[in-house]
Amino acid sequence: MAIIVDEKNRVIVQGITGREGAFHTKKMLDYGTKIVAGVTPGKGGTEIYGIPVFNTVKEAVKRTRADTTIIFVPPTAGADAVMEAIDAGIKTIVCITDGIPLHDELKICRAAKNSNVNLIGPNTPGVISPGKVLVGIMPPHIFIEGNVGIISRSGSLMYQIAYELTKRKIGQSTAVGVGGDRVIGFSIVKALQEFEKDHHAECVVLIGEIGGSEENRACEFIKEMSKPVVAYIAGITAPPEKRMGHAGAIVERGVETAESKIKDLRLCGAIVCQTLMEVAEKVEKILKR
Amino acid sequence: MRLQEYQAKQIFRQFGIKVPKGRIARSLDEVKNIVEELGGKVVLKAQVLVGGRGKAGGVIKAYSIEEALDNAKKLFGRIIKGHIVKKIYVEEMLDIEKELYVGFTYDSTNYCIDMIVGSIGGIDIEEIAVKHPDKIAVKHLDPNNDLWDYIVREVLYEAQIPKEYFNEVFSVVKKLYQVFKSYDAELCEINPLAITKDGNIYAVDARLNIDDDALYRHKDIMELKDFTQMNILERIAEQEHLKYVKIEGNIGIIAAGAGMGMATADLIYLYNGQPANFLDIGGSTPEVVEKSFRLLLQDKDVKVIFVNVLGGLTRCDWIANGIINAIEKLNITLPIVIRLAGTNENEGKTLIKEYITKTSKNNIILVETMEEGAKKAIELSSDNYGHHC
Repeated sequence: MAIIVDEKNRVIVQGITGREGAFHTKKMLDYGTKIVAGVTPGKGGTEIYGIPVFNTVKEAVKRTRADTTIIFVPPTAGADAVMEAIDAGIKTIVCITDGIPLHDELKICRAAKNSNVNLIGPNTPGVISPGKVLVGIMPPHIFIEGNVGIISRSGSLMYQIAYELTKRKIGQSTAVGVGGDRVIGFSIVKALQEFEKDHHAECVVLIGEIGGSEENRACEFIKEMSKPVVAYIAGITAPPEKRMGHAGAIVERGVETAESKIKDLRLCGAIVCQTLMEVAEKVEKILKR
Repeated sequence: MRLQEYQAKQIFRQFGIKVPKGRIARSLDEVKNIVEELGGKVVLKAQVLVGGRGKAGGVIKAYSIEEALDNAKKLFGRIIKGHIVKKIYVEEMLDIEKELYVGFTYDSTNYCIDMIVGSIGGIDIEEIAVKHPDKIAVKHLDPNNDLWDYIVREVLYEAQIPKEYFNEVFSVVKKLYQVFKSYDAELCEINPLAITKDGNIYAVDARLNIDDDALYRHKDIMELKDFTQMNILERIAEQEHLKYVKIEGNIGIIAAGAGMGMATADLIYLYNGQPANFLDIGGSTPEVVEKSFRLLLQDKDVKVIFVNVLGGLTRCDWIANGIINAIEKLNITLPIVIRLAGTNENEGKTLIKEYITKTSKNNIILVETMEEGAKKAIELSSDNYGHHC
């Protein structure tokens, strides 16, 4: 089992003819992801890697029965692409686009919620279920199939922990990037709930960071979980009111510090580590028990 | 991007919100002229982008020109929470009857715009919420919907806004919402919103934070960017489009990815070293690597540079080439600790190893893990190895 997406999902790529879109479409195809169509306004009727390109998402859905999309469009067009996908009846949206304005993110996340659509991101590396499916931009060779679920706000730290686990021959069931922005669709809580239900996930790694209150809000649910959660929070050295790369990684209201998140996570029974190497070591111990 | 009070007030005024008369002064002469113009009774407000400015002594009342000049003299050049006062906003002093609060912000949990109204103002909203919960009302607004009049009325009644000012406050709230929406604000706040003895309503203070990701559609705001409020290195980084934040320390960091940048700084700190910065070169080109080295070399505190890359999209061989180019071009003699992993890891490491062998440069150290790299960088930051002047 995998969470969010599996081999059965019929995926379209919005922005398939762009540089990033085309590059990652090839990678996903090589991994075995069922990509059924691409969408680029004005390029309808053409093909890329033998995949038909349509002008609109509606047309792509009608012709190919797609249920999932991955979005590679510039930030100025990102929100529009999400709205188009929701309107066309797509049920799972992975929005790679980084830099979508905050007000637009509020609108698309609200619209997705109202329509019961899973919106992963924005500003996410996507989702991978090793050995099964890749709907994302992560380097698949650092992931192997196994029993650890990964949730990460940061792409690079997801890769780092996957690398550490894989080095120890510990595989992953699914790794999901929830996104580095202030407003995200698919929350950490939702990801934890999915992993709790997933038979293949024996334990969950949670990689959080400063800013927002996603991690703090996950605590109530972690308390109820049967599976161990091993966590790491980045940004203990981040000065207040400075944006640390991600739009969401900024301490503005005091409660968003690494310390507050670490404290809350410890209180709810999560195992909080100081380094990513320690996370991998803890997971190794848990799986051996 | 946080606007200075006087800039926010200019925008509020354009939307029909009344603000006290005032002008910006950069010198004592200018202060004198403005005070004369305003009739003697003024408030001097340091234009620094910090919270709690009033408590830190950045707002001073003056009842005469002499007093104003005296206080302005003390205020110019003063450091308030790390920011030097270069500009003073000189504003007419109002006869205030009552202070209120109105503000809009976003709610990332519920995907809402939060409208907040208080029948008490002039103190931090957090403090009002704790001390006078009955005097404050919060409403979650659907970002895809309009702000209907009835919603504003409901909130005003709930916040116990007195009947005498009800219509004026109503009108300010509606206008402020327009500012919030039109300018892609993260936060837009009037605290206090003052009712004067003669029955007028003024935005006495003004806060407007605008979403950096939306600046492309607000060219007028982009021009207001105040680089003087930034650290010199951060200013250079901004112009070079590098994601850089200065931290007080001596170990320069170049990392691929925002999370990796933070985690690297944290790791150094954890091992009792001092990170000098955060710098994310995620998905970068050799030019970005070179620019990054160039920037860190300008930081006189930096004693060693730690490059930490786990290549995803970023290929380790590109980064290796970027590092070698930078060392050659910038003639770097500082110790450089390099950790390369992920995509094309072996190719990248081989390039670095060959370069070390070829040039016999002993200031370049290739490590296997980020933990090892952090420890090595700390070791090199504390002795005089390869120190340059």
